[in-house]
Amino acid sequence: MAVDTAHSAGAVAGSGSSILPGALKDAFLTGLIALGLLGPLVGFETVVIDGALGLAYRPLVVAIMVGIIFAGRLILNLTVWSPNRPPKAQAGPGPIARGVVAISPAFKPALFAFAIGFPLLAAAMTGGLSESRYLIDLGILILTYVMLGWGLNIVVGLAGLLDLGYVAFYAVGAYTYALLATSEPVNAFFASFLGETFWANWAFWFCLPAAGMFAGLWGMILGFPVLRLRGDYLAIVTLAFGEIIRLVLINWVDFTGGGAGIASIPRATFFGIPFTAGEDGFAALFGLEFNPMHRIVFLYFVILALALITAFTTVRLRRLPVGRAWEALREDEIACRSLGLNTTNVKLSAFATGAMFGGFAGCFFAVRAGFVSPESFTFDISAMILAIVVLGGMGSQIGVAVAAAVMMGGMEMLRNLGFLKQVFGDSFDPSLYRMLLFGFAMVAIMIWKPRGLVSSRDPTIYLKEKKAVSGSLVKEGHG
Amino acid sequence: MDVFVQQLINGLTLGSIYGLIAIGYTMVFGIIGMVNFAHGDVFMVSSFIALICFLLVTTVLGITSIFLALAIVLVVAMFFTSLMNWAIERVAYRPLRGSFRLAPMISAIGMSIFLANFVQVAQGPRNKPVPPMITDVIVIMERDGYQVTLAWKQIIIMVLTTVLLAGFWYLVQKTSLGRAQRAVEQDRKMAALLGINVDHTISLTFVIGAALAAVAGTMYLMYYGVANFADGFVPGVKAFTAAVLGGIGSLPGAVLGGLLIGLIEVFWSAYFSIEYKDVAAFSILAITLIFLPQGLLGRPEVEKV
Repeated sequence: MAVDTAHSAGAVAGSGSSILPGALKDAFLTGLIALGLLGPLVGFETVVIDGALGLAYRPLVVAIMVGIIFAGRLILNLTVWSPNRPPKAQAGPGPIARGVVAISPAFKPALFAFAIGFPLLAAAMTGGLSESRYLIDLGILILTYVMLGWGLNIVVGLAGLLDLGYVAFYAVGAYTYALLATSEPVNAFFASFLGETFWANWAFWFCLPAAGMFAGLWGMILGFPVLRLRGDYLAIVTLAFGEIIRLVLINWVDFTGGGAGIASIPRATFFGIPFTAGEDGFAALFGLEFNPMHRIVFLYFVILALALITAFTTVRLRRLPVGRAWEALREDEIACRSLGLNTTNVKLSAFATGAMFGGFAGCFFAVRAGFVSPESFTFDISAMILAIVVLGGMGSQIGVAVAAAVMMGGMEMLRNLGFLKQVFGDSFDPSLYRMLLFGFAMVAIMIWKPRGLVSSRDPTIYLKEKKAVSGSLVKEGHG
Repeated sequence: MDVFVQQLINGLTLGSIYGLIAIGYTMVFGIIGMVNFAHGDVFMVSSFIALICFLLVTTVLGITSIFLALAIVLVVAMFFTSLMNWAIERVAYRPLRGSFRLAPMISAIGMSIFLANFVQVAQGPRNKPVPPMITDVIVIMERDGYQVTLAWKQIIIMVLTTVLLAGFWYLVQKTSLGRAQRAVEQDRKMAALLGINVDHTISLTFVIGAALAAVAGTMYLMYYGVANFADGFVPGVKAFTAAVLGGIGSLPGAVLGGLLIGLIEVFWSAYFSIEYKDVAAFSILAITLIFLPQGLLGRPEVEKV
């Protein structure tokens, strides 16, 4: 805070030899403001004692936090923000961006190979297939968010439409599968001429495209009326739609099972062959010893394939006229309109495509968990996916993948670090701080690196030679 | 008829609270053209500040007069909430002026998530019940054992809202600060050329918006007797709906929209289904934006290149 005053105060004091008094004064002011901000909410904790509300006092925590802010500000004033420092001239891509460009040809295949070999690696590291369950589950979680991030990236990163209700399409996909797979009439219909177990075994493979189609259809239905709105209205309306869908899922008990959700959803099969220990199970047919992990590893490869399809489709779409229209729309909507693009259709196609991939991911979520309930589709999930897209750099595929891995995997890893518990006490749970960090990171990224941490992007079209463009040199238009 | 009158009173009370929050949205939108997504959470934080201050005043200072306590709580909550919103504008929005279109919006969403989770971490996720502050009611109608009551706290909320709005109206229409605000709203560059401190004016807009949200937060705490970290989201969206319904950028519109949303919500709960009351409010938002994007009292939007 008070960045401007820091500079002006520093400039005045810095004309002499010493900048210390100005820096001290500024740090003191910052500390005072921090005290005012943190004092009420951190200094006092409302606790329920014997049914009545009382206060607990935490002056030490406030003192430490304010002290850190004061010291940090003082050090920054004396070093980085010091007026005596020569200004740094920057042109072209920054060192990180250049590094990324340099290693990117090798980075993508390496990441791809790592993703393919991950289950084997996990099993080798932990010393057995059954022991690697935790790691592979984590891999599935990360890949689900990579896929969701890539799906939302089409809407936010490519077309520049802020969608805060992406979780709605995730929910539509999940409920499509859950409802179709557990539905009695559908089951009876297939049982009448294709055999009793047909639907239980094939439900996932039939529902996967259906889920994507339904989600895409919902994207069109929801998108058509609202896509004429300007950007920030669109964000709020999509947010409202996300909440409406969740509330309907909770309250329409006859159809969706209400808050209790839908349980015992059929599991995924290896293209019709169930992962059971029986005669016609996967293990027996392939001559393997039965292990429940086969299903988990298979699920890992399913979500990997789905994520790769999303990435591949996006890359190819970007080269088509519609993909270029998306990017043009993001840069300048008015210019697009004056060049004769039907902006509503262009937006709608981006919205529906993004929604479709959300639907695929939702269908996968339902088959992996075997249980869906409205609890899994809150605004927090939308916010998390958006944060991943923003952190990865809107429009950058590899950035989104890295951001998903860091944010989802990193948080999981933090939970297992013992020394954090020693520092902050036994009740410390990093997952409580996850959304806090997500929120903070979104603000910080917008201020320091609006193009994302990996702020380099390949131009989609170029003359003769492809040149890397630094994120800081590209500015999006005001549509 | 009795039920109708009772719901009318409840709806107007709730609508006053929404109206106070909606002014914060509409002013910020008017002056810098962004939806301050974090405003609902600022409102939530203000109710926590009010709660803490109330506990301090009643237990530590031992003030027994409930009206004196409320007055102190109101002033303290307004001060700290304004400070917070000032800092938020300074840190999260000011550096982004002139950045690309989505940047301030994303920053505001991040700020909203940050505030909600900050309160969750600092104060715990559980509901914080407050002892009822003012319980007296006035019975204004009675038939077949059904009493139509007007609670004192409802009177306080409505009177306070009216007084604040009158003062606020005076501030915007008659003082130099209000003139500066309207000038910045019309043309920021021209206002700067004419010697208006634009940054200062925008900061003050955020401060005023937060102060009104703090009044709403204190009233909300007094009315419902409970504070929760997640309570910023839904009232925030509803207040935004109110601002849009009344015509975003228009101050009387925000109040009118707030009252309408309050009434619609209460009547919907009473006559249709209470489960779908949020769906009703969110649907109104979508319907308004699609069919009446300029709102009831707003000016039609002119797109500049």
